[in-house]
Amino acid sequence: MVNVAEGGDVVAAVRDVSKIYSLGGHQVRALDGVSIDFRRGDYVAIMGSSGSGKSTLLNVLGCLDRPTKGQYILAGQDVAAMDDETLSRIRGRYLGFIFQSYNLIQQLSVVENIEVPLSYQYPPMPDGPERCRKLAELVGLAQRLGHRPTELSGGQQQRVAIARALVNNPHVILADEPTGNLDTATSHEIMDLLEALNRAGRTIVMVTHENDIAERARRIVRLRDGKIESISEVRR
Amino acid sequence: MKLFQQLRLGFRSLLLHKLRSALAVLGILIGVTAVIWLVALGEGVSWQAQQQIKDLGATSIIVRSIKPAEESSQNSGGGFRMGIAYGLLRDDYERIVTNIPTIQRAVPMREISREVRYREQAIDGQVIACTPEYFGMNRLSIARGRALSEIDMQTYDNVVVLAHEVAEKLFPIEDPLERSVQIGTEFYVVVGIAAERSAAAAIGGSLDARQYDRDVYIPLSTFRARIGDRVATMRAGSFQSETVELTQVTAVVDDMNQVDATADIIRSLLQRYHKQVDYAVVVPKELLEQAETLRAMFNVLLLLIAGISLLVGGIGIMNIMLATVTERTREIGIRRALGATKGEIVQQFLWETVVLSGTGGLLGVLAGFLCGPTVTAFRAGVQAFFPQVWATLPPNIRNIEPRIAPWSIIAAFAISVGVGIVFGIYPARRAANMDPIEALRHE
Ligand SMILES: Nc1ncnc2c1ncn2[C@@H]1O[C@H](COP(=O)(O)OP(=O)(O)O)[C@@H](O)[C@H]1O
Ligand SMILES: [Mg+2]
Repeated sequence: MVNVAEGGDVVAAVRDVSKIYSLGGHQVRALDGVSIDFRRGDYVAIMGSSGSGKSTLLNVLGCLDRPTKGQYILAGQDVAAMDDETLSRIRGRYLGFIFQSYNLIQQLSVVENIEVPLSYQYPPMPDGPERCRKLAELVGLAQRLGHRPTELSGGQQQRVAIARALVNNPHVILADEPTGNLDTATSHEIMDLLEALNRAGRTIVMVTHENDIAERARRIVRLRDGKIESISEVRR
Repeated sequence: MKLFQQLRLGFRSLLLHKLRSALAVLGILIGVTAVIWLVALGEGVSWQAQQQIKDLGATSIIVRSIKPAEESSQNSGGGFRMGIAYGLLRDDYERIVTNIPTIQRAVPMREISREVRYREQAIDGQVIACTPEYFGMNRLSIARGRALSEIDMQTYDNVVVLAHEVAEKLFPIEDPLERSVQIGTEFYVVVGIAAERSAAAAIGGSLDARQYDRDVYIPLSTFRARIGDRVATMRAGSFQSETVELTQVTAVVDDMNQVDATADIIRSLLQRYHKQVDYAVVVPKELLEQAETLRAMFNVLLLLIAGISLLVGGIGIMNIMLATVTERTREIGIRRALGATKGEIVQQFLWETVVLSGTGGLLGVLAGFLCGPTVTAFRAGVQAFFPQVWATLPPNIRNIEPRIAPWSIIAAFAISVGVGIVFGIYPARRAANMDPIEALRHE
C-alpha cells in the first residue's frame, strides 16, 4: 500500500500512468507516463489539443477505465488494478461526475436525479432526501424539485448535475467540459458555482479547452500526445 | 434500493413507452388467461365426468350385454337371417344373486328402442323394462304419481312411468297420469312421471353418456309377457331379430373394497357359461380412476399449450427489453458512473421485466376470473343466434361449467413472473456488460 502521508493531504494521485490502445497492429499511447498529485481543495484544469489524452486521463481518474501501467491512488488505495465491482463502489463513494451534456436521467425529476448516487451507497446514507433538497437549494433549484430535465434550461440541468455530483460528499469532483454546451453567460454562472464549491473545500478536476474557463482554476495541466507538457499555477 | 423504489422506478421507466409496454403486458396477459381458462374448462369437463361416474355408483358393478361381432355369432349362416341370440341370461342374473355373497343386491334390466305415442304426439323412446329397485339404484325420483311396484311385477300390468321430458313432449297440455300411451303395439297406462335427471357417464361400449330424457319405464315381467326376448329391428333394409334376455344387470356391494374382487368373480362366473364374450363387466370405480388419469393427462396437455403461449409472451417481453436497453444505453452509462455495479444494473432491468410480466400476470388473473361469465355469455349467444349449431353440440359441451382451479391461478401468476425473469436476464445482462465509457458516449 502506498503511503499517502506524503504531501499531507493528497486525495488522489496518478503515478507514471500509461494507457495504451492497440489499434490494428500499431499502438496508440493515449497516456504516456503521467504523474500528478491532487491535494485536498485543489482545482485543476486539464487542457490540451484534441487527441492529447484529456478524456482518457479523466476516465482513469473517474475509475471508469483502468490504466495499462502505473498506479492510481484514491483515498489511500491503489485502484488501478481493482475489479469492476470494487471500482463501481469507489466511484459511488469517492467521486462526483459532471458531464458536458449534463447526463440527467429523463424519466426522473430534479430531486430524484440528485438522489441517484445515493441508491448505490452501502451502507445507505442517512437523511438522504433532506440532503438532496438542501443541495437543490444550494444550486438554486429549490423551486424546481419536481420538474423533469426536459423542462429545464441547459444551465439549470447542469446545476442539477452539480448537485448530484455533491450528494455523496465525494473526495474529488470530475468535470468533463462542464460548460461545453452552454452560452458564455451561463458558463460563467456555472463556473461561479464550481469556484464557490472549491472555496468551500471541494477538490475539482476539470477538462476544458477554453482558456478563460481554465483560468478560473488554481492550476492548469497541459497534455500533449499523452504526456504532461506543463503544470502551471494560475495567478490571480 | 428498496423493493418499493425498485418497483416504482420500473413503472416509471415503462411508462416512457406506454403502447410498447402495454403490448408486452398483453402478451403475458393472454398467456396467463389461457392457463386459467384452459385449466378451468378442463376441470369443468372432468368434474362433470366424475359426477356422472359417481352417479353410477362407486360400489356398483354393471354387467351389460354386448352384441358379438357378426362372424362369430352362431346363427348368422344361411340366406335367411334367423337372428341371433346373445347377452345376459336370466340364469346369469340368478347365478350372480345366489352365488356371490358380497353382492348386496342386483337389479336386472331390459332395454329397447320403441316409438312411444300419444295421439298425434310420438317420440323415439327408450323402453326400460325393470324392477322397482331400478329407480332407487339410479337415484330416479318420482315427480308425480308413483314408481313401478312389486304388484305391477306380479300382475304383469301394462303400466308405465315416463321420463320428465317424455311426458312433456307427449302431453304438452293434458295431464299424462292415467292416460294410455302406445308403445309398439301395446297400450300402457301412465302411473308416474320421473323427475328431471342429468346424464350419467357412458358405459359398456356406448360412447354417449347415459341420457334419461327418452326413457319410459315398464315392469320387466310385463316386457317379457308382451314383447318377449326376441326383438325385430330394421337394419339395412331387412328385418333382423335379436334374442336378448337381459340388457343389463347392476350389482351393488356393501363396500368399495369389495368391488374389484366381486367383479372378478362375476367375470369368471359368466365366462363359465358363455362361449363367447357377449357381455361386458363395467366397474364405475375403475372409470373414476381412468377419468382421473385422463384428467392428469389433459392438464399436462393444457399446461403445454399454456406454456407455449407464455413462451410467446416471454419472447415479446425480451424483445421489448432489448429495445429498452439499447435506447437507455446512456442512462446505463450514467448509473454506472454514479456507482451502480453490474449486478445493480441487472437488478434494475430485471425488476422492470418483472413489473411488466407481473402486471400482465395480475391482469391475466383478473381476466381468468371472467371465464365463467364468458362461457355463460357465449353459451347464451350460440343458443340465441345459432340454434342449429347449438342442437348439434354434445351435452358435455352444452353443459360445461368451468371450474377455476386455485392452483392454476397461483401457477399462472408465478409462471408469468418467472417468464419475466428468465426472458429479462439476457437483456439485463447485456445492459450491465456495456462499457460505461462507451455507454456515456452513446447518443
Ligand atoms: N477506446 C479507444 N480505442 C482506441 N483509441 C482510443 C480510444 N480512446 C481514445 N483513443 C485514442 O487515444 C488518444 C487520446 O484520446 P482522448 O483521451 O479522447 O483525447 P482528448 O480527450 O484529449 O481529445 C486519441 O488518439 C484517441 O484516438
Ligand atoms: Mg475528449
